[in-house]
Amino acid sequence: MPSLRPARRRTADQVGVPHSRLTARDMSAEAVAGIVQRPGRAVLTMLGTILGVGAFVAVLGLTATAAGQISKQFTVLDDTTVTVQDNGPADDASPPGTFPAIGFPADADRIAERIAGVTAAGVWWPVSLPQGADFTSSLGLSATPVDNLDLLAASPGAVQAMGLSMVAGSPLSTYENASAQHVAMIDSGTARALGISPARLSDQPAVFVGGIAYTIVGVYSSAQRVVAQESAMLIPADTALADFGDPQPGIGNEDEAQMIVATKLGAARVVGAQIAAAELPTDPSRLVVASPPDPQTLQNQVGNDLTGLFLILASISLLIGAVGIANTTLVAVLERTGEIGLRRALGARPRHIAGQFLAESTALGTLGGLIGTSLGVLTVVGFAAARDWTAVLNPAVTLPAPLIGSVVGLLAGTYPALRAARTSPLAALRHAG
Amino acid sequence: MTRPPVIELRGMARSYPGPPPVHALRPVDLVIESGDYVAVTGPSGSGKSTLLHLLGLLDTPTGGTYLLDGVDTGSLPDKARSALRGRRIGFVFQSFHLLPYRTAAENVVLAQLYNRTPRAQRYAAAFTALERVGLGHRVDAQPTTLSGGESQRVAIARALVNRPSLLLCDEPTGNLDSRNAGTVMELLDALHADGFTIVVITHDAQVAARAGRSVSIKDGSLSEAEPDSGPHPTGSMSGVDHA
Repeated sequence: MPSLRPARRRTADQVGVPHSRLTARDMSAEAVAGIVQRPGRAVLTMLGTILGVGAFVAVLGLTATAAGQISKQFTVLDDTTVTVQDNGPADDASPPGTFPAIGFPADADRIAERIAGVTAAGVWWPVSLPQGADFTSSLGLSATPVDNLDLLAASPGAVQAMGLSMVAGSPLSTYENASAQHVAMIDSGTARALGISPARLSDQPAVFVGGIAYTIVGVYSSAQRVVAQESAMLIPADTALADFGDPQPGIGNEDEAQMIVATKLGAARVVGAQIAAAELPTDPSRLVVASPPDPQTLQNQVGNDLTGLFLILASISLLIGAVGIANTTLVAVLERTGEIGLRRALGARPRHIAGQFLAESTALGTLGGLIGTSLGVLTVVGFAAARDWTAVLNPAVTLPAPLIGSVVGLLAGTYPALRAARTSPLAALRHAG
Repeated sequence: MTRPPVIELRGMARSYPGPPPVHALRPVDLVIESGDYVAVTGPSGSGKSTLLHLLGLLDTPTGGTYLLDGVDTGSLPDKARSALRGRRIGFVFQSFHLLPYRTAAENVVLAQLYNRTPRAQRYAAAFTALERVGLGHRVDAQPTTLSGGESQRVAIARALVNRPSLLLCDEPTGNLDSRNAGTVMELLDALHADGFTIVVITHDAQVAARAGRSVSIKDGSLSEAEPDSGPHPTGSMSGVDHA
């Protein structure tokens, strides 16, 4: 058993006592002890920080998740789409008023479909109508002619590659194309405008385009490619050639014949590399292979406005959290004046007192940050799971997020800690004495 | 080499600037040798607390010198005074000053937090100190479950765990009933017998009678009381002819 006699004193001409010290480990232990002895108050104190950091993580996570989902959809489409445009022959020898034959061979659809990775492919082009031509319904139910409608010539393969969702009827068939039938498909919006009921296609309603009647054989509601965003009437390519002649070649006039190719996921690049030579071995450079523009940038810009708003709200939460921590720590300092005096009597220097309270507020902030980050991550994961999305959390944002809480706690504790350090040990002991 | 006195005061005084200036403690000469057991008595407001704070290095005198273990404390910076406080002086307060939510042992360990005691030795030393005050069975007790007497004994254990040169007790029995007060006074007697130097500030004549030597303060002036018939040697105000 160690001796409990008074320690043997050293020489008289020097203090002989090493300066007081408070190790980081001891300081942390004291801070944690200070927090856990009032768990309820600690949780309430941390609430603002929890909300602030949680909102920060959740907002950034949800934005990233949503953006990831959007870009995923577009990436799928990008990765499965190849377009080939007909730039026309090098020297145009066709007589004035007519255009050279389209660059794609007659069996273009089948040639493309033989390339590995292609699921559907076909030629289409916008038909340029004579001046004054409009669209009227045979049923006469709608007296108003529709003029904002694109008439597109499409081979059966192109119709397939466009990925139409049919409401009624059937897509244009190979037979209808080969025999140049006067048939057509329209989107459901246009059908409604023309007074054509999808349920009554058996009545063989027709749409007159510049005096030529086309029987509507199919109505579609949406499309993956080409006609996704517009009102369109599709007629067989060979019918269009017979009725309106060849389209004007050359990229830029937007009337040129194109091939739309739907591929398996990820095959677009490989297919794009081969298709020009496959379709037109004699003059592959006449065909220009392209991929659609990436709409992701636009989507991100839309998201940014909302993200900024939420981040401002998160910052306000953090500010409230800081005030909460500052307030509680200040109250703790006032409450624990007796403890401060005792610690000073036990050899603590003002900096040790300040350090302890600063460590307490920082630990509170860090804890709040950790809880907030966890709740934020849970929110993002839960949201993504509920929508069957992939949760996207940037580690560069999520991992340091608890440190935001630490900084808040550190800043909030500065004033109370300085005040604690300035507390006179005399006043402190008298206070509780 | 002779050991210097634990406490040597040469004209130490404390006044507060006015107007009018308040002389809380008029110049005092006092020598307390190692192993002394001294009671400081006096009515409320006499300057007892001022003397305690000065002796405890919690306050600085406005005049004279104070040598603790032969070291002139007047010229020391605050960090040296803090270090001396933490290592050489053990405080016992009237209101115990135990931290709530901490066990008896943790409260004793607190006294070793700032003075570089290696972590591994702290609890062993605390247990020894608690054994010494007769609370070896209550090391894990929360302060709220301790009686007043037990609380004060934990506080004494905390004061002596660093084996200080000076045990400075401020009304140690002021908050206790007579039975508990008796236990605490017996403990102080025993610590004195172990060789601790003890200064007790009290207004309780019974407590003062226990000490071998008694000084009284009145209106800020210190005077040596008549030596009682106890076996202890007594110091003197001049501080020269100590046995």
